[in-house]
Formats: sequence, C-alpha cells, structure tokens
Amino acid sequence: MTALLDTLPYARFLGLQTQLDGDDLIIVMPFADRLIGNPILPALHGGSTAALLEMTAVAQVALSYPRLRLPRPINVTVAYLRSGKPVDVLARARISKAGRRVAHVLAEAWQDDAANPIASLTAHFLLDDDTE
Amino acid sequence: MSDPFLTQMLPQLASGAAHTHALGFAYEGLEGDRVRIRVPWRADLVGDPHTGVLAGGLVTTLLDHVGGLAVWVALKGFQPIATLDLRVDYMRAAAPGVDLVAEARCYRLTRHIAFVRAWAFEVSPEDPVAASQAAYVVNSDGGRKLGANLRREPGAPA
Repeated sequence: MTALLDTLPYARFLGLQTQLDGDDLIIVMPFADRLIGNPILPALHGGSTAALLEMTAVAQVALSYPRLRLPRPINVTVAYLRSGKPVDVLARARISKAGRRVAHVLAEAWQDDAANPIASLTAHFLLDDDTE
Repeated sequence: MSDPFLTQMLPQLASGAAHTHALGFAYEGLEGDRVRIRVPWRADLVGDPHTGVLAGGLVTTLLDHVGGLAVWVALKGFQPIATLDLRVDYMRAAAPGVDLVAEARCYRLTRHIAFVRAWAFEVSPEDPVAASQAAYVVNSDGGRKLGANLRREPGAPA
C-alpha cells in the first residue's frame, strides 16, 4: 500500500515519498529546484504544495477505504498559510467522514514544525462503490 | 498600443519559473481581461495511470497559476501576489491524452485582495473539466526582499 504513490506518474514527478505511522500516512515532498514558483524569495509554487496535499488525501482514503478505483476528487479547497521555503514539505490527512460514496478529508502540509502548517486542504472525494 | 508588460512580461510570468517550466506551461494569450495558458499532455503528469488523465493536483496548479496572471492583468503590471485560498470543483473527467487549457478572469480587485474565477477545459470554457474560485493577496511580500525565504527565522532551530 505504501507503494501506491510510486505507481502514480504525477506523484513520481513531484518526487513524493511515503512514510507509514500506524494507520496514518505521512507523505514527504523532498525539495527540488523544479518545485520553485517564485525565484526571488525563493518560494515553492503553491500548486506543488496543493498537489502534495491532494495526493496525500487520495493515498490516505485509498489506504483506509480500499476500493477497486482510486478516490476521485469532487472539490478541493486549499488555504495557503505561509510561504513555502526551499526545503522539504511533509503532509498528512485525516478522514472526517467516509460514507458509501463520498469521503470528506482534511489535510495539512508543513516544513520545520507541524504546529505551523504552510497550507491546509479541505476536500471531498468520490469513492468507487465496489470494494476490493 | 503594445504594452511591454502584456507582450513580454506576461508570457514570461506564465512559464518562466522553474515549476511552471518543468510542467510545460505555455502562454496562450489575452482577450480583454481573460488570460489563457495551456499545459500540453504528458505521460508523467497523469494522476491515475488506469485513466491516462492529467492529475487533479496539476489542474489545481494550472488554475492557481492562470489566476495569478489574471490578477497581474487587472493590476496592469507586476506586483508581488500570493494565493490566499483556492477552491476547485472537478466537474468531469478530462479526456485522456489531451492538453488542458485554463482561462481566468479577475472580476474584482480591491487595494489588498483580488477575486478570480478560472476554468480548465480541452476545447471550450463552456464545457469545463474544472472550475476555480480564488482570492489573492496583492503586494504580498510584506517588505520581504530577495532571498527572504533563505534566512532562518529568529528562534528557529538551527
């Protein structure tokens, strides 16, 4: 299961690495120059952080609620709380509710300190009806 | 007639940073206050390999970025901006193996905040794959200068 992200091309493009902490995932996006959106500060592109959060949410839902297909996003809201520094980003997700068809997920991304997140995500995912 | 900001700097802002360059973003043009960029389909940008569709996170990045361009169009020049928040609705699956185009419009600009709507589609914004609603902070650098993110904050662990 921890190898799921290795099978997803865009997760590989972002260089995402998976850590398992009990039943919870922590996904790491190691810093790379190609993630920079603002070369002046320099700062990570907000989109790369948003994509990390979305992939983390997908992976956590797929781990906790295995289905034949991956969960598909219905909508996602990202709040950017702090500028992303040119260092690694970590993310974890919590499933607030999973019904038969829809899951609601909260996720946070941080760098130096989990208590000071750089971005948060609220999202709904559509679950496949068929379980694995 | 030909504003160098619009003809030279805007295309550069569309694809000039390392991340947007790595993703292959390309400037498509400006019509009134609506600006467009394109991301050419690539196998390494796919979300679920079983569908061959570009990743949701990539669509989010495309909409975030084109929204920023729309803010600069509204500002009529470059100023530091930062996305405050961004909501994306994924209305349908994108066609596999096909480029996506995104169009954005800044429909309200205040002294501090810009409000933007954007759409991602293969052919027409009338038939969107995804739509976004976002707010951007204008003049967001708070006086931070070149290399500000390279410095450690006071009290931060070494």
